[in-house]
Amino acid sequence: MSLTRQDVEKIAHLARLSITDVEMPVYVKSLSSIVDFVAELSKAATDSVEPMAHPLAGQSQRLRADTVTETDLHEKYQANAPSVQAGLYVVPRVIE
Amino acid sequence: MPHNLSIGELAERLARKETSSTELTRHFLARIERLNPPLNAIITLTAEQALAAAGAADRRRAAGESGPLLGIPLIHKDIFCTDGVRTSCGSRMLDNFISPYDATVVARLKSAGAVMLGKANMDEFAMGSSNETSWYGPVRNPWNTAKVPGGSSGGSAAATAARLAPFATGTDTGGSIRQPAALTGVTGVKPTYGRVSRFGIVAFASSLDQAGVFARSAADAAVVLAAMAGFDPLDSTSVDAPVPDYAAALDTPLKGLKIGLLREFFDGLEARNAALIHDAIAVYRSLGAETREVSLPNLPLSVPTYYVVAPAECSSNLSRFDGVRFGHRCAAPKDLMDLYERSRGEGFGAEVKRRIMTGTYVLSAGYFDAYYLKAQKVRRLITDDFRAAFEQVDLLIGPTTPTPAFDIGAKIDDPITMYLNDIYTIGANLAGLPGLSMPCGFVDDLPMGLQLIGPHFAESRLLNAAHRFQLATDWHRRAPRGYQ
Amino acid sequence: MTGVDWEVVIGLEIHAQLATRSKIFSGASTAYGAPPNTQASLVDLAYPGVLPVLNAEAVRMAVKFGLGVGAAVAHRSVFARKNYFYPDLPKGYQISQYEHPVVGRGSLRIVLEDGSEKIIGITRAHLEEDAGKSLHEGLAHASGIDLNRAGTPLLEIVSEPDMRSAREAVAYMKKIHTLVRYLEICDGNMQEGSFRCDANVSVRPRGSDKFGTRAEIKNLNSFRFVEKAVQYEVARQIELLESGGKVIQETRLYDSDRNETRPMRSKEEANDYRYFPDPDLLPLEIDDSFIRAVRATLPELPDDKATRFARDFGLSAYDAGVLSASRELGNYFEAVVAATGTPHAKLAANWIMGELSGALNRDAVEITAAKVGPKELSGLLARINDGTISGKIGKEVFEAMWSTGAAADAIIESKGLKQITDAGAIEAVIDAVIAANPRQLADYRAGKDKLFGFFVGQVMKATGGKANPAQLNELLKARLGAADA
Repeated sequence: MSLTRQDVEKIAHLARLSITDVEMPVYVKSLSSIVDFVAELSKAATDSVEPMAHPLAGQSQRLRADTVTETDLHEKYQANAPSVQAGLYVVPRVIE
Repeated sequence: MPHNLSIGELAERLARKETSSTELTRHFLARIERLNPPLNAIITLTAEQALAAAGAADRRRAAGESGPLLGIPLIHKDIFCTDGVRTSCGSRMLDNFISPYDATVVARLKSAGAVMLGKANMDEFAMGSSNETSWYGPVRNPWNTAKVPGGSSGGSAAATAARLAPFATGTDTGGSIRQPAALTGVTGVKPTYGRVSRFGIVAFASSLDQAGVFARSAADAAVVLAAMAGFDPLDSTSVDAPVPDYAAALDTPLKGLKIGLLREFFDGLEARNAALIHDAIAVYRSLGAETREVSLPNLPLSVPTYYVVAPAECSSNLSRFDGVRFGHRCAAPKDLMDLYERSRGEGFGAEVKRRIMTGTYVLSAGYFDAYYLKAQKVRRLITDDFRAAFEQVDLLIGPTTPTPAFDIGAKIDDPITMYLNDIYTIGANLAGLPGLSMPCGFVDDLPMGLQLIGPHFAESRLLNAAHRFQLATDWHRRAPRGYQ
Repeated sequence: MTGVDWEVVIGLEIHAQLATRSKIFSGASTAYGAPPNTQASLVDLAYPGVLPVLNAEAVRMAVKFGLGVGAAVAHRSVFARKNYFYPDLPKGYQISQYEHPVVGRGSLRIVLEDGSEKIIGITRAHLEEDAGKSLHEGLAHASGIDLNRAGTPLLEIVSEPDMRSAREAVAYMKKIHTLVRYLEICDGNMQEGSFRCDANVSVRPRGSDKFGTRAEIKNLNSFRFVEKAVQYEVARQIELLESGGKVIQETRLYDSDRNETRPMRSKEEANDYRYFPDPDLLPLEIDDSFIRAVRATLPELPDDKATRFARDFGLSAYDAGVLSASRELGNYFEAVVAATGTPHAKLAANWIMGELSGALNRDAVEITAAKVGPKELSGLLARINDGTISGKIGKEVFEAMWSTGAAADAIIESKGLKQITDAGAIEAVIDAVIAANPRQLADYRAGKDKLFGFFVGQVMKATGGKANPAQLNELLKARLGAADA
């Protein structure tokens, strides 16, 4: 196993995912096998290779004009929200 | 029966007033009601809206409008946001999510007069190659209901194969259009990255995702793609280039077309499957094309590259599902951390969680260089391989998948085996190239797919080559038993 | 570790909200103070499927800043995702710039009150999006999230750890504040959070070439808080080190009510932001013609203006710095000087930095909204210069102008404040004063020279302060010296 249970717990926490005790060994095993599988990449010689973030070369970011195009649709948008009060999205107390 | 007619034939009948959009829509809705239950290809039926849209299309036609898709029914993969209609992405996370807006693809097809019948099942958040990861249960392959239809756009593929609609939309991040098209015996097109707007498509891996089409022929796909494609100011990665007349180029003779046979695609391919591909190559030779073998030495690294890049992007893209503004929220969270962890833990299925964790890991401190950065570099090597190949040939050809459809349940517990299903399709996504899959024969009564890959923005050439093949063969006309 | 001579090391990360109309990646308004979530678009809410498109004006403003601090503007910069979960961060990541910022190395000159100067290095400045706000009032055990601010463009300006005291930190922050308002890229409103900073503070024994462990104090939104927070933090760290403790690297929050810093609970666990290039945005390419076009729009910068004020108007470096601290103040000063003439520039400067600034601060009025505008103030100064009133009476006239908005002449007229310059009239008063104070006269003549002031005071008192001081001096001297008096 290239990943331990502690590793997976740490990753799951970083990703904010609750993992049950039943699921945990399955993830330890499958994530280990995936990590081993992708480790094959280390074989490739990439010393002078520029990393590629976008599939199309030579494209650059387009800019939009600074104009306000949106109107207030918060009631429509908040119809999907699990908890709203006075126009605010409600969450358990945020501690700073 | 209308469900066996091509989009072109349907459009002609509509133009001649031999049928109406309302009549067609009723016909397909009835088919869906009758045939969908065992397939589970469609998870949201929008009969009422469909009939309203059909009525509107009929009025537009009566008012003198015409158009190749005016009044033609379709099914959208449930990854496309549809205003006022549930957009679940195959996930419990979005089971209650009603999109307040239309994806650009949806809006374009709507304005072309196409009529949405419903939304297709899919692998959860498009993560899967078998359509078994859906919260709504697996989709079954119309050719054999014990088999998977492929994924992630399995519902769209099965619906097209079962003639539940003349065409369907899909998305392809690592093969999610081409692989299910191959496994269900239909024609699937994944355009060049940037050709079709990603706006309104629930993102999986942003640098790989691309929308495309399932149809029963390249000619039909050409008509649909023309309506979907084009620049969208709402998508920064959308390419501002004119859309060619795909339909006009369909008949161009193939004499002198240089086709490359991808050596790496034939390594280890089972003899019966390889034979079908070689038969297809022979058809192309008979049509005047020249073939030669080409090699992409870095291509074997495409699957590990993909399984770093795609999970990395997905781990970030799916962070917005946090139980705050939309989507699943766990019951009675005790604090903020609990809200996040349980909402996401409950809302996402096993494969999605696996990919989020893989992506989180490869981006995290201490692993970023070895995995993410390395994969980005190998991605360039693979892309450079393709570029070099296209200096020698016009198109690449090979199988779409190593095998025909496999049994439901056969690979779901072994992610690596499942991932290797996409071994032939992933390269095109990494390099942003257009690809197409179409049926080229049967193994054990299951369809096999022939894949064409072209250089950037060579959709016309792919559709042309596929159309000429389909004029010379009839594999694409075969229908699964019970769905003729 | 007692008895160590500690050196303070401070670096600031200033967040300036760019004054665009719409957000950095969406077409929602950036106007302040709207009801919750009414300016949060689908992009700002991170709805599934939506995508960012970059605001041209935000880019232009970032370039303007880069040119303003003499920095290299990157021809190619890259947007990256900073991943972390927080309710005011809808996407679960902030779009920022990481390895390739739009603005590279630059620098800024600060002038302290004692006139000393220092160059502070600017490491970089990058574009990013602001987060929303968590509100805690009125909700039991819960917080409410308002995402109106989410997606407002920010320029994060990162300094080198070049500051050595809280005062230097404040002077630097004020200078950046001046600059961004000059450039018209940020409204500088600190109460509304348009301009705020994080301070990295550490201490080390003087002479050490290694930095001490630093604490980052988050979200300081006033100059006074920066000064107080840094002072507190420095004292805390020194006390900790001198009592044998160790400073730990952490994020702290300044509590202005208690004047102390304390660790932020939400930042307790180590962060792993997993930065990577945002695949939804392409590299930002800025060519030379774009940079040239922006350069052509640059106003005279504060340092240039201060140099010009000092040179052309004979002001001290400090005065010139004060008068060029904002474009409005500089414009005001120049308008007054244009009316009164360059020889009176020093007088204009004194009045603006004295009476006018005092009144503006006292009543919290913006200089552009003051009832005593440049025209009014020059009217007053003209009357001082032509001897109609004395400087002292001028202050009385100014107060009346400030409260009523009336012109100086009208006030001088209606209040009868015009200076008495008729020699006969002044002599008559002098005679009456001398007559009424024979003992003082005798003492003066016996050699008590300082009684001269007594007579001046008495005459001024009798004339209501209106006697022309120079004339009075002259006439009084003559009278007191005359034997027949």
